[in-house]
Amino acid sequence: MNLLRDLADRFARWAFTVDPGTWPHTWLVHLGAMVVVAVLVLTFVALFAGPLSWLERRIAGRIQARVGPNRVGPQGAAQWLADGLKCFLKEDLIPDAADGPLFRMGPYLVFVGTFGAFLVLPFGAHVVAAQLDVGLLYVFAITSLVVVGLLMSGWGSNSKWALFGGVRSAAQLVSYEVPAAVALMTVMLQAGTLSTQAIVGAQGGLPWQWFLLKNPFLFAAFFLYFTAAIAEGNRTPFDLPEAESELVSGYNTEYSGMRFLFFFFAEWANLWTMSAIATLAFLGGWQLPGVTPAEIAASTGLAFAGWQLLSFVVFAVKASALVFLVVQLRWTLPRLRVDQLMIVCWKYLVPLAFACVAGVLVLLPLVAEGGLVDLAFRAVLSLLVLTLLSHYVRRIRQNYLVDREAYARMAGRPLFFPPYRLP
Amino acid sequence: MLATSTSTAPPRARGALGEYFANIGRAIATTFEGLVVTSSWLFRRPRTVQYPDRVEQPVQESLPDAYRGVLEVDMDACNGCMLCAKTCPIDCIVIDIVKNPETKGRDFTRFDIDIGKCMFCGLCSEVCKTGAIRHTTSFEASAARPEDLVLHFVGRPMPVPKHKATEAPERKPQGSILAQVIPPLGERRPWPGKGRSR
Repeated sequence: MNLLRDLADRFARWAFTVDPGTWPHTWLVHLGAMVVVAVLVLTFVALFAGPLSWLERRIAGRIQARVGPNRVGPQGAAQWLADGLKCFLKEDLIPDAADGPLFRMGPYLVFVGTFGAFLVLPFGAHVVAAQLDVGLLYVFAITSLVVVGLLMSGWGSNSKWALFGGVRSAAQLVSYEVPAAVALMTVMLQAGTLSTQAIVGAQGGLPWQWFLLKNPFLFAAFFLYFTAAIAEGNRTPFDLPEAESELVSGYNTEYSGMRFLFFFFAEWANLWTMSAIATLAFLGGWQLPGVTPAEIAASTGLAFAGWQLLSFVVFAVKASALVFLVVQLRWTLPRLRVDQLMIVCWKYLVPLAFACVAGVLVLLPLVAEGGLVDLAFRAVLSLLVLTLLSHYVRRIRQNYLVDREAYARMAGRPLFFPPYRLP
Repeated sequence: MLATSTSTAPPRARGALGEYFANIGRAIATTFEGLVVTSSWLFRRPRTVQYPDRVEQPVQESLPDAYRGVLEVDMDACNGCMLCAKTCPIDCIVIDIVKNPETKGRDFTRFDIDIGKCMFCGLCSEVCKTGAIRHTTSFEASAARPEDLVLHFVGRPMPVPKHKATEAPERKPQGSILAQVIPPLGERRPWPGKGRSR
């Protein structure tokens, strides 16, 4: 907000030749700035959630040996526009026995809860809608609205499937908020702050300067947070609230048109939220290798804008990689049972998350920053991640090579097909 | 993903704590393996074809000859024995034959097959001695109105050909008669729209 408030002040000076500091209606300028920021962030969310819906279906298609949506626009890339337009034109149906106000409000609360989190997510070195000192706490508080929205729509639909979906999601979200928050607490302790920008600032641009590789407990906390966040986002393997085979579609069973779209809008927007939080907390956020945040802040004019853009690209690449992982997980893992869901949360994630917090607390005073132990932790964890990644790539190659010869012999054409193209 | 104590494959003596950590290990290992498998599929050629316009050859041509598609009747070969209409379990074949007082012969006035009813069992083509009625490989017979699904093989009344079953004329290429009865997909009658009466 600081940057945008400065910009708004500067704009006021230029356009109305008035100093906002002395002008009695400063709040008007700031209100205008707020609206502009809200519209900008909403545009970003829309431009992320929309194409992602198409991308996810394409990825799902390829994983299932299909093609996926491919008719609208080049490679089907405009499918999301067609879908959105279709939902706009659909009749807004409200069941007779539904609780009207609750039914109507549900989707918006879900969306507001998800959208509110974007307020504190940094997009670049100085690009953040609001620099709140309680950043991560605010995220957890505002995303709790989603539970209320889901319960509202589940109850208001007056349908047993929707009710079951709503109740399940409430149970799930309330449970998984605990391990997610506790896992992030490790980062808050390590960085000594709740502000998202300050947490990013406490890390460095190079992988071994990230919190992920700082010590084993933060390393484990990353995976704990990631698992819990997937569950909070109602994504497979934790998508019980919308289990198609059991609940038709869960809490959104009775919805149609725009309201139906809002649920999915929120779901895909939430993908960015969780990936961005994981990125900023563990993967170094927007930090650029070789440039300190102070240098970025000191630069002016075009250089400043360039750094902002570059840092946004770095952040987006990291977050997108996580988004891709979540999407791929959805088409990899089967759904958990309800009891297993609770077992995973309360018997595994919660104790492990608390163990991580304890570990970080113990290491914090013992391990000096830049000391021998610190370096050893970083070196060992970097090597571990490198080994895992190379093993991952090798196993993918193995899996592919197993079928290559047989396919070429049977089909008479090579098995390889680039992931980004249509047949 | 998380095996309970009842479903561990090799019954090994593990304490509760050992089982707990073994479960975590299994969860990580199986997720890793799953991701490996699905990742490898991103580089493989999709198995599906993009029907109808992006196929290497028309689907109809890739079907076997014995495929039981939409029926067609060669009216030059049919001797009007009506066996097909009698054997049809759901009576989707309707044949009308009348005496012609001028030629003293028999005339076809109607040979309709309702492919909306037809269940493609193949009994009619099996029972036909002349091979006049037979299945084609055509399957794209959808129409906007139910009545368009009734195929009319007799336009104006025509005499029933007089020949024995063994002397049936040369068979026409499969599907050639049907092509005259059903218009191509793009040229079929459009959906009448909302103004129609029920």
